[in-house]
Amino acid sequence: MIPEAPPVLNGDRVYRIHWVLGTDRLRAVCHCSAEREFEDPVELWEWLLGHPAGHVPAPAPVPPRELAAV
Amino acid sequence: MSAIPRNQWYVAAYGREISHELFSRTLCDEPILFWRTEAGSVTATSDRCVHRRFPLSQAPSRLVGDQVVCGYHGFTYGADGKCVAVPGQTRVPRTARLTSYPVVEQDSFVWVWIGDPALADASRIPRVPYLDAAGWTTVSGREPLAARFSLLVDNLLDLSHETYLHGGYIGTPEVANTPITTEVDDEAGVIYVSRHMDDAECPPFYSRSTGLEGRIARWQDIEYTPPCLYKLHSRIAPVGSVPNPDGTDPDAFHVEVVYAITPETENSTHDFWAVARDFALEDAEVSAFLAENNRTVVLQDVEALDVLEKIIATEPEGYQELSINIDTGGLAARRMLARMAGARDEATTR
Repeated sequence: MIPEAPPVLNGDRVYRIHWVLGTDRLRAVCHCSAEREFEDPVELWEWLLGHPAGHVPAPAPVPPRELAAV
Repeated sequence: MSAIPRNQWYVAAYGREISHELFSRTLCDEPILFWRTEAGSVTATSDRCVHRRFPLSQAPSRLVGDQVVCGYHGFTYGADGKCVAVPGQTRVPRTARLTSYPVVEQDSFVWVWIGDPALADASRIPRVPYLDAAGWTTVSGREPLAARFSLLVDNLLDLSHETYLHGGYIGTPEVANTPITTEVDDEAGVIYVSRHMDDAECPPFYSRSTGLEGRIARWQDIEYTPPCLYKLHSRIAPVGSVPNPDGTDPDAFHVEVVYAITPETENSTHDFWAVARDFALEDAEVSAFLAENNRTVVLQDVEALDVLEKIIATEPEGYQELSINIDTGGLAARRMLARMAGARDEATTR
């Protein structure tokens, strides 16, 4: 699980980039909810700004009932 | 192509700098004349007489009541920039008018709109009420920077440099070693960079001013609204202390560090800095300490960036910089500034 700082900006088109704790990776989250990890911030921005190319929305969270079954 | 975004508000001065005297400052390559009218409002016009360009801020040019008289041939202008008298003739040419700039005095700053006056919307000026509000004490200053403004933006968007350039003042090892979260809202024009250090060494800048010793929680939240205004919300608290759910934060010390980054020319910048605090409000010693230390820190940046400017100005085109994780916010700022500067070219070539 990647710890995530609470969001501050609340616009409809906010890009978020989390430095993944304990690693050298950056996790980019697009306003469309697509996300991907990078090691290079330049490549990261190219991907974010390329929206919607290659942006697949993140899967919906697993419901708690299914979690309990695992 | 100019790197300076037009059609933007920029800080021109502190309100305290402008009195009923002629005052000149170059902003975004434009020499601008400021003075306060007898009624107390600030005027901003071109600092060049329309006749033969003599600077209206230059003696023997002078202010007579609410009119400026050019020291070369006596062209006389009102507060709105309109020429009201020329020498030796009664007819004043209709086009004899100084370019006039929209001005707003707010939060201790004098803001000027650089661009098409018809587009100036004062509600777009970012606010920093604590610089001029009850419950806060502020120290502030301005340093000349012989470097392009984007170098200062780069510098301020990545505070990991504090550990190295400002060790012994505001830098401690944790600043460079704590991961950050970056948020970018393109539509609102805001870049937000958070670095929350929950157990960090207290640098002298804060131990001497707050009295906290040993380990602290140190939060740095940068809020940059390009091109001009940069805010660093700094929270210093005992380790383990967090704000209450209702937003109150009684155990913490709050320091609001503000920079106004105003291009003077393509290669020089006005570096306005202010430090506001919500503690030790009446303590002159704390004020003197914060003022002296922040100025020292600013001058450390100025020295480094002046060197960088000389290198960049003389190197061949095409130097390939390397960016790493700490540069995420700075890269976002560069992109937003480039878009703002480019928008100007689009508008003028249409």
